[in-house]
Amino acid sequence: MCGIVGLYMKTNKYAGELGRLSASMLHEMRERGPDSAGFAVYGEAEATDKMVLLSKTGETDWVDLATRLTKATGLDVDQNPVWDHAVFHISGDGTKARRWIIENAHDVTVLSQGRSIEVFKGVGDPDDVAERFNLAGRAGTHAIAHTRMATESAVTTAGSHPFSTGADTCLVHNGSLSNHNRLRTELRRNGESFQTENDSEVAAGYLAWRMREGDNVDDALTHALKDLDGFYTFAIGTADGFAVLRDPIACKPAVIAETDDWVAMSSEFRAIATLPDVGHAEIWEPSPSKIYSWSHAA
Amino acid sequence: MSDVMAKNSTLDLDTMTLREVNRALKDADSGDFDIRNPQGVHALACGLTKPISATIHGHVGYYCAGMNQHAMVTVTGNAGTGCAENMMSGMVRVKGDVSQSAGATAHGGLLVIEGDASARCGISLKGADIVVGGSVGHMSAFMAQAGSLVVAGDAGDALGDSIYEAKLYVRGSVASLGTDCVEKDMTDQHKAALSALLKRAEMDIDVSEFKRYGSARQLYNFKIDNAGAY
Repeated sequence: MCGIVGLYMKTNKYAGELGRLSASMLHEMRERGPDSAGFAVYGEAEATDKMVLLSKTGETDWVDLATRLTKATGLDVDQNPVWDHAVFHISGDGTKARRWIIENAHDVTVLSQGRSIEVFKGVGDPDDVAERFNLAGRAGTHAIAHTRMATESAVTTAGSHPFSTGADTCLVHNGSLSNHNRLRTELRRNGESFQTENDSEVAAGYLAWRMREGDNVDDALTHALKDLDGFYTFAIGTADGFAVLRDPIACKPAVIAETDDWVAMSSEFRAIATLPDVGHAEIWEPSPSKIYSWSHAA
Repeated sequence: MSDVMAKNSTLDLDTMTLREVNRALKDADSGDFDIRNPQGVHALACGLTKPISATIHGHVGYYCAGMNQHAMVTVTGNAGTGCAENMMSGMVRVKGDVSQSAGATAHGGLLVIEGDASARCGISLKGADIVVGGSVGHMSAFMAQAGSLVVAGDAGDALGDSIYEAKLYVRGSVASLGTDCVEKDMTDQHKAALSALLKRAEMDIDVSEFKRYGSARQLYNFKIDNAGAY
């Protein structure tokens, strides 16, 4: 069992309250995933990329890492530590920086990379994780959060969701995949890099790979229905979009609510119950194998 | 607590705990209750055993009115997974939609869903009647043993898979029938039974618009010679 929440702002009306509303949604899903939690917030797009890094040892020397990264890639780095995480603002191509970190900084996991996404995670009570990284104080266009009850791999901060393996793309997953080992091998061959043994990271890597090959989110998810074996409810964030997909037999729960101002998705209705104007929301349970997506670009 | 146990009370989940509300309902021998601010909580109005009436104003979470006996429970909004699961008697009415496994293993009573039900509606049904005003999802009435499932809309894939003696009536399309489930003749006896069910559910629909489905009784549990086929 895991808990998922996603909140996507269709208008600016509640953009300033994105974090507060997401934190209250996450709170309701605490019992579904008490062992660890994480969230992705999409803020205003910056001029260049940023990365959120996690220190696996909690003792990473961020200043030294930033210096080494600059020396190796020629990119200027501005680093801001937050607990065992650090946000690196980079002067240029974040994909190159991400790859360098994965290959050279073995005590560090790259949680996200992109112009608007920031991912934070932690082990323990989801409310504590949200508070530690000030989820409630964050503004933005959309947020995805997850409370985890681990089944397929260990309870670690790096194994918590969301998983982001491509620029401004992230995924949270309730369920488990049965063909993740073979898929991981194939995706590695296609140039994806993985940082955990987690099955959900493979799903995120799969989507990132499809989108790098030119798919939009809907196309990537259509391919995912064919290539991913297992059960899943996914919530997916991109730079300007949000999507939901359930496996063909809809093993794992999901409910969506939509108003003129926002779209909310969660494992259970109670996470949605306190959102503003929910009394006028259209509320439905997503059908199996059906891709639901929203985008500001469309 | 005596004030909340009085008949015709309003029970407000903004000011009472779930346990207090359920206790108040269980302690009453009769009466009408209005339950406010359910906010999707789980296991509301479960295990009731007395002929009380409870109207829940809003949306509920999992297992609402599960194991119901004699009580009449109405939900004005939507219900989550397992609504009225294992109901023994009484009546549960949901005015909105319900999630998976509505009326699962229910032995008796009537479950009315005015909106849609999702997957596995009436799974392993053991004698209760379920009337759905909208459509039902895939694997509905899986291994249903007794009772009836009436669907005024459409049915999803694998309707009535491995069904025993439950009766299925569907007005719209059936995406696919499950293993050993077949269309059957609609006799006058079945029309009369369906008509009575629709009347109890307060749905005014012509019974001639429905088709009946049930077990072909060819699965290996009926014919051991077919064991090798699966």
